[in-house]
Formats: sequence, C-alpha cells, structure tokens
Amino acid sequence: MRADSVDTVLYLAHTQSEGALSKGALEALTAARELTAQLGHAELVAAIVGGDIQHAADSIADCGASKFLGVSGEAFAQSRYVTDAAAIEAICRAAQPAIVICGSSSRFNRVLPGVASRLGGCADLHATEMKVDAGNVFVTRWYYRQRIRAALTRDKRPWFVALEAGSYAPHSSAGGSAAVESVPVSLPEPGLRTNVEGLQKPAGQTQTIRPDANLLFVAGAGWTKKQADGEAHIQDAETIILEFLGKSQASLGGSKSLVDISGTGQAVLSFMTHLNQIGQTGAIPRHPRGLSTCCHGEEPHAVGWRFISERRAINLDANCGWAHGKADVLYVADAFEVMRKVNALLGNQ
Amino acid sequence: MGFHIVVCAGIVPDPLLTLEPVTGPQGPALKNEMMLPAVLDPWAKHALFEANHLAANTPDSKVWLVSMAPKTKLQQVMMSIAQKASFELVALDGPASGFTDSQAVAEALADAINCINGIDKNRLFIFGGWESASRGAGATLQIVGERLGIAEQFQGVDELRVTDSGGLRILERVEGGLHQISHCDGPPAVLGWATGNLPEPPNNPQVGMANMRTLMPSLQKAKPAGVEVDGKTFVNVEVPKQRRDTRIVKDASPDDIAREIVEWIKG
Repeated sequence: MRADSVDTVLYLAHTQSEGALSKGALEALTAARELTAQLGHAELVAAIVGGDIQHAADSIADCGASKFLGVSGEAFAQSRYVTDAAAIEAICRAAQPAIVICGSSSRFNRVLPGVASRLGGCADLHATEMKVDAGNVFVTRWYYRQRIRAALTRDKRPWFVALEAGSYAPHSSAGGSAAVESVPVSLPEPGLRTNVEGLQKPAGQTQTIRPDANLLFVAGAGWTKKQADGEAHIQDAETIILEFLGKSQASLGGSKSLVDISGTGQAVLSFMTHLNQIGQTGAIPRHPRGLSTCCHGEEPHAVGWRFISERRAINLDANCGWAHGKADVLYVADAFEVMRKVNALLGNQ
Repeated sequence: MGFHIVVCAGIVPDPLLTLEPVTGPQGPALKNEMMLPAVLDPWAKHALFEANHLAANTPDSKVWLVSMAPKTKLQQVMMSIAQKASFELVALDGPASGFTDSQAVAEALADAINCINGIDKNRLFIFGGWESASRGAGATLQIVGERLGIAEQFQGVDELRVTDSGGLRILERVEGGLHQISHCDGPPAVLGWATGNLPEPPNNPQVGMANMRTLMPSLQKAKPAGVEVDGKTFVNVEVPKQRRDTRIVKDASPDDIAREIVEWIKG
C-alpha cells in the first residue's frame, strides 16, 4: 500500500435556507481539520455553495483554511442536482483536491457520487470516521444495514467523503471575516429543467422528526395491539405519544412492523409514516439517548439503535432477546401506564 | 407517448439474517454467501412497484428490470418477484456482494442499459433504490445517470406525479422529516426511491407466467459482467461486538419507573 500524497484537503459545505452552516457541516469541518493535521504536509481549503455564502464563510473564517472558494447566486440557493454538480465540479477543478470532506446531507448525497464519477474520482457516503495511518487515509463506513463495519482506503483521486452526522464534535469558532474567492460556473444550456418549489411536511402530519433532539423515542407495534382488557387503544396511544413528544421534544422513530401494518389494513398511529421508520428500510438517526417502547430493542428490527449512545426499553417481556445485551436498562412494565406517569411528571416540572 | 422505465435492482441477503464477514480471494465476502436466502433489495423493490404503477397508468410504457447477481441466485429471487410486477429482465451475471464497488457496478449497469433494444432515451426513467441494503453506498444510480448523460436526478423519492402538461412533480426526502418538492419538465430523469407510498402488490400468477417468457431466456444469455476492483483496499471488516450489561427492572411500580425515566431524560 502506498503512502498518501495528499496536497490539498477540500472542506465542502452548503448553506442552509437561512444562510448558516448545519451542525453536520461543522462536524465535517472538525474531521477535515483533524485529517489535515494528521497528514502534516497538506493544505486545507474551504469551499461553500449557496445563495449567499458570506455569512457562512465568516462563521468559520478562523478554521485554518488557506483560502475560501465559493459558488453563490440564486441558482445555487436551491438543492438541485444539475446546479450543485456544476458548482462542485467547478470548485474541484479550481482547488485540485485529493480528498474532499463534507457532512452528509440530502443535498450532497444526491450529487457527490455523480460529480466524483465526472472527475474520475470516487465517493464514499455515510462514512463515520477518517484517519491517517502510516501516511494513508482510511475511511470507516458500515455495510449490510449497519451489521458490518469496514475500514477502507482508495487510490483514486479526488476522493469524496461525506460524514454522517454525530461522528465528530462540531467545530466551534469565534468567526471573523473571510475573503471568498468566487469560482465561475457554467450551467447547461438551454436552461434549467428542474425547479425547486420548496419544502412540505407529509400531508396532515404532525412534525415528529427532530434530528437534533437529545432523545429518540421508538414506538413499536405493541402500541396498536390488544391490551390487558382485550381491546386495542389506538387513540390513547396517540394521545400519550404526542403528549410525550411535545413535552420532551424527543424525535419519534417507528419499527418497520409498526409502519408496515398500515398496508395490511390494521389500525395504525395516524402520525406514523415511513419517514419515521428506523428499521430495515428506515433512517439511521443519531441521538444521545433512546427510549424504546412496545418493540424489540435493536437490530435487525430497529437498526437505528446502533448509533444511540444510551438505550432504555419498556417492554412487558422480561426475556426479550432484542433488549438483553443491547439496552442499558429494560423496564418490565406496561408502556401505556409508565408513559402516562412520565407525561404527568414532565408536566409538573 | 408512454415512458421507458429501467429499474436497477440488486439482490441482498434476507435482512433478518445474521451475517458474518470472511476474507476471500477477491477481498471481503460473507460466510456461505451463495447459500444465504436472498431477496430483491427492499428499496429497489419499491422502485419496481412504482415503475409498474406508472407504466400501468401511462399507455405505451414499458418496464425493464436490470439486475446484476450470480445467475442462480438471481433466478431464485425472480421466481418470487416476477409474480408481483410486469417487467422484462436484463440479467447480468456478476457479484451481488455489498463489498463490490459502486462505480464498477454502475458502469456495468449503464452499459447494459445502453444495449437495450428499442429504448428511447427521450422518455427514459432510471429507477432504483436510493441506497441498497448491502453496500448502502447511495452512489450507484447517480453514476449510472452520469454515464447515460442524465442530469435530472432525484434521491430519496417518495412520490412522482406526471402533471397534465407532461411535467414531473417529485417529492424527495430531506432532513427533518420533510419533503422537497421539485418540478421537472419531463424525462429523461434518474429517481432513487425511498419507500414511496404504494403497498406491496399481491402475487399474480398471470403476471408471473407472462414474465417467465422473457425471464428464462434473459437469465440464460446473461453476460458475465466484468466488475473489477479499482484501487480500493479493505483493511478491516468486522461485526462489532456491542454487548451491553442490561439491567432488568422487574418489580418497580410505574411511578418509580416514570420517575427514573424522567431523571434520565433530563440528566
């Protein structure tokens, strides 16, 4: 294996709608700074894409980048493949990086592999760690739905790496004033074929997904099953869960079984959609704490648990094999009863 | 005029299986990989159902399923999926391993799509899952799109609606449980599907019989796909050990449990 000849590490970010950088983007900046330091001889360059990028550049002005590149303007305020690909391609041609590091986001995940292919490079999304060993850069990511972890290195350059949120501490900065060098971009003729209208919540749904919440509340199919009195209490379950989410500001995850039963005609929690799913085909949220109720504890039913630091579960089955060895605490109790009490206590504080 | 919809779909080990990595001559692999029961990748399966739904509602449309896997495994999976949706199979005989690089797979898929007889790129949709349950790279479709010269790309798609004017209204998943709404003036486009909104269709033996007419010939003439590892080296592939010392709280009252949970949440 060859020692890496990285001259330039490019930190790549995009602005959010209000012009700032996301927490995930600041985490990736920490990774880029650490990697540059580990490489010793490499130069860190920062680049930002967005509508108006000056505020974002100023917020990380003291990050140690030797220069700031930027692509800005109305066309780049929108998250869209064709404009984002053109912007990142132009930035990379200007910076000639060996490694490009950014935070995972729907916007960058959509476009990075295509740009990497266009530039003859390669891309690894969903990375969780980067490090240098004996002069070589290694990336860690997961395979087979977070069941297998692998570290790998690549020869191709540029190598794009998108880091999952929660993998590094966010860079904190006093800010300053950054001189941003504008990179010209050629957009395809005759014009843009896609226009972004905006964002919307799933129709009629309560907002229950909060990526930055301290707690992930996982609801399992047990909430919709018959209880001790022989009846299902869906309405009660909805009230208890929504009250808890409102008071705790937790994010809601659902097991695949709970989301799937809507397709079988069974009564379901009205606010639970595929977007909440953290199971087999669901999201992989990262939160400091997770509380699982009425469902199995971990993989493969709820692989999202893998990245939850502190895990507790409420389950009527003391021998639940999915909780043993995977949750820190298993409360053998009725979740309806316990969560009502939890809501009452939260309401009094 | 209808659409030509190509669904790119891999096969993966049943998601409920416990997997064990081993090192083979070609690099990392799964223990007894050829013996593991396989299914069509869950996200790609959603894409196939959406493709079938779109084609059924748009006259003069056609669906192809392009899949790379060892022939025998692919045949097993096709026996079940062929009863759920109408498609013409384009089979590539190659690895289905998650450790195969997405660039190499994408190149093979793009080459196969380019070789489909009668395909009209002006009304072409490339469908697939926004990531797979094996590699989980979320990269293959974008590279296929680049290789085919398609710059209208959407990932994490939950809804595609064709408007009266022939345009496309697309909902993509973005952060915070929201959807981004985009309008595209029409195909060609690449759509990496999340779960969509359609339920899994029931088995239909008639659909299965119709598919069989093209399935077996396609499998028989499947070309070996050259998927070469290009400068990628795995150094450590493992199942992490994460066994925790679980404290079982059996006889506490709901009040006590609630108090402990609230203290923990606030801690």
